[in-house]
Amino acid sequence: MQIDNNQLLRFTTAGSVDDGKSTLIGRLLYDSKSIFEDQLASITATSAKKGHDGVDMALFTDGLRDEREQGITIDVAYRYFTTPKRKFIIADTPGHIQYTRNMVTGASTANAAIILIDARHGVIEQTKRHSFIASLLNIPHLIVCVNKMDLVDFSEDRFNEIVTQFEEFSSKLIVKDVRFIPISALLGDNVVNSSENMKWYQGGTLLNTLETLHISSDINKIDSRFAVQTVLRPQREGFIDYRGYAGRVASGIYRVGDEVAVLPSGFTSKIKSINAGEQELEEAYAPMSISITLEDDIDISRGDMIVKKNNQPEPSQEFDVMLCWLANESAKPRAKYIVRHTSNEEQAMIKEVVYKMDINSFERNTEDKDLNMNDISRVKIRSTRPLMIDSYRDNRNTGSIILIDQATNETVAAGMIV
Amino acid sequence: MNKYYLNYLDELESEAIYILREVWAQFENPVILFSGGKDSILVTHLAKKAFYPAKIPFALMHVDTGHNFPETIQFRDDLIKELGVKLIVGSVQDSIDQGRVAEEKGKNATRNALQITTLLDAIDNNKVDCAIGGGRRDEEKARAKERFFSHRNDFGEWDPKNQRPELWNHLNGKHFEGEHFRAFPISNWTEMDVWNYIKRENISIPSLYYAHERDVVFRSNSWIPMSEFLKLEENEQVVKKKIRFRTLGDITITGGIESDADTLEKIALEVSAMRKTERGDRSDDKRSETAMEDRKKQGYF
Repeated sequence: MQIDNNQLLRFTTAGSVDDGKSTLIGRLLYDSKSIFEDQLASITATSAKKGHDGVDMALFTDGLRDEREQGITIDVAYRYFTTPKRKFIIADTPGHIQYTRNMVTGASTANAAIILIDARHGVIEQTKRHSFIASLLNIPHLIVCVNKMDLVDFSEDRFNEIVTQFEEFSSKLIVKDVRFIPISALLGDNVVNSSENMKWYQGGTLLNTLETLHISSDINKIDSRFAVQTVLRPQREGFIDYRGYAGRVASGIYRVGDEVAVLPSGFTSKIKSINAGEQELEEAYAPMSISITLEDDIDISRGDMIVKKNNQPEPSQEFDVMLCWLANESAKPRAKYIVRHTSNEEQAMIKEVVYKMDINSFERNTEDKDLNMNDISRVKIRSTRPLMIDSYRDNRNTGSIILIDQATNETVAAGMIV
Repeated sequence: MNKYYLNYLDELESEAIYILREVWAQFENPVILFSGGKDSILVTHLAKKAFYPAKIPFALMHVDTGHNFPETIQFRDDLIKELGVKLIVGSVQDSIDQGRVAEEKGKNATRNALQITTLLDAIDNNKVDCAIGGGRRDEEKARAKERFFSHRNDFGEWDPKNQRPELWNHLNGKHFEGEHFRAFPISNWTEMDVWNYIKRENISIPSLYYAHERDVVFRSNSWIPMSEFLKLEENEQVVKKKIRFRTLGDITITGGIESDADTLEKIALEVSAMRKTERGDRSDDKRSETAMEDRKKQGYF
């Protein structure tokens, strides 16, 4: 068992209780033996108290008291499990339209998204909404689970019908890799163990799919981007003149000797050394946290970006973003916000709302230009100084922003640069 | 085969270092909450890496219940000396003496809940604007929704319904005077990840985590170490057992498990075969279904 080279895969599950989402997660955790005895004992007791037959898998993902009292999930909850092949982080988010912002949050770091479809109902509005968000957030892999196959007699025809339905509307979306799996979360078919009831299905189980998705090529390795978080100046013996630029590689590869440019100043130099803690490295790549020293003494501070000399981002003061409004309070027209882009911060304003997206029908609304909680809109943003941006499609790290309200310090919006 | 990817431990390490550097960049006076347990030792180790060759730029803050394992205090003092960082101690005994809190009564009395006041006082008195903790989301359900940067109001309270969304790697630590943040760089680690990493990096941890002979009392399904603070019930007996601890808290509430695991390899192997959560031996979490959630709201770790 080569645990040491195992990768981490983050995936998001969006859906409501009715889809069997909680049951599915419970099943994944239970069948992969990630549930502990005391958790099982507590849930078995609760199941009995509620009058359920057997163990209610959905209780494994039970949240805070407020949520339990209301019987819903409000926030993003993170769950963990490990198999001999990979470590997994599940960002479990509620699926109702009023929780769009939570779905967006959960999707922002995901390598893969699980879309749940009830086999009896087929593709519904919620399916389209989840798929749209997965596509908008540029999640590379989409796994469509057609659940509750036990309630449609494990019918291959029904499954194929739903696949066709899905493909019809998803042609409008940009997703690299879509897979379909017929499952029964309740009975466990094709979740961890292969289904005895659906011999006609030749593909892998859900867990097998999660374990084998090829994710290492999803990171942008072409455009090298490194935002400086902080400058290390040890001022102790042996390191008197040391200036290390600490940060996390957003994309691309950096090697000792590389010719680099520091933005926004534009000064150029060469990489003298790369460190990860005490360890000296010859090269570094995303998402490594490192510190870099340069051959030349250049004034560099937090918010600056070190890039390859021959591959630089576009400095822009005005740019279009797809913006998801997160705050209770709606956007004020032409109000000023702080825009956070990588480790950089500038004042900014929303200059114009181009259109609002109807995330159920994929239609653009150019009439209604209010930005209310959970709205996804295309807007024009203007910042006081240029930002070193990439498009979100090319780079999730340097193509994303958040807006912060100066009056409340709250994070009010998240944006993907078009 | 493409070699340009990280394994899961490297990715978790990189994420934690990123968070620690963000804390340093966004706050004036951050501290590491140091209990002497493996999670806070891990956070300290990661901070060492994050800022090398500079020293760790944070003080270590210890909330001292007075009910300590002597081994923990020794370990703490040695580590402080090695790293050359400042130690801030908030003393629960002082809080009691000053009448800020009252000691619990009865057989299961602990100083666990009293720590909240001491912690918040220490944060206030030292003008700390960010306290870095070793909390992990897999520990307890109230922690599953915790943010990397967790906002506390000016009473130090956690409002789970009013936390800032965290998207991509954008962490927003902006705050007003009097408010503070808790930062959790190892949120995404599980107990197993922690042990695998400690083993890989060969991080030194208190001897209490290794199997050793100890005088213990069987109570609430685990072996509670005998100490001057423990009041024995009539039917309880002190016995000698070979045990080790999975978590370290107050000596009065931390239950040990019978074990022969006396090396990091054996501990990691044992943990991977465990069928009970690590906090299952902590009597502070057994008090009610929402014990952790309630303490967190008041300002607990």
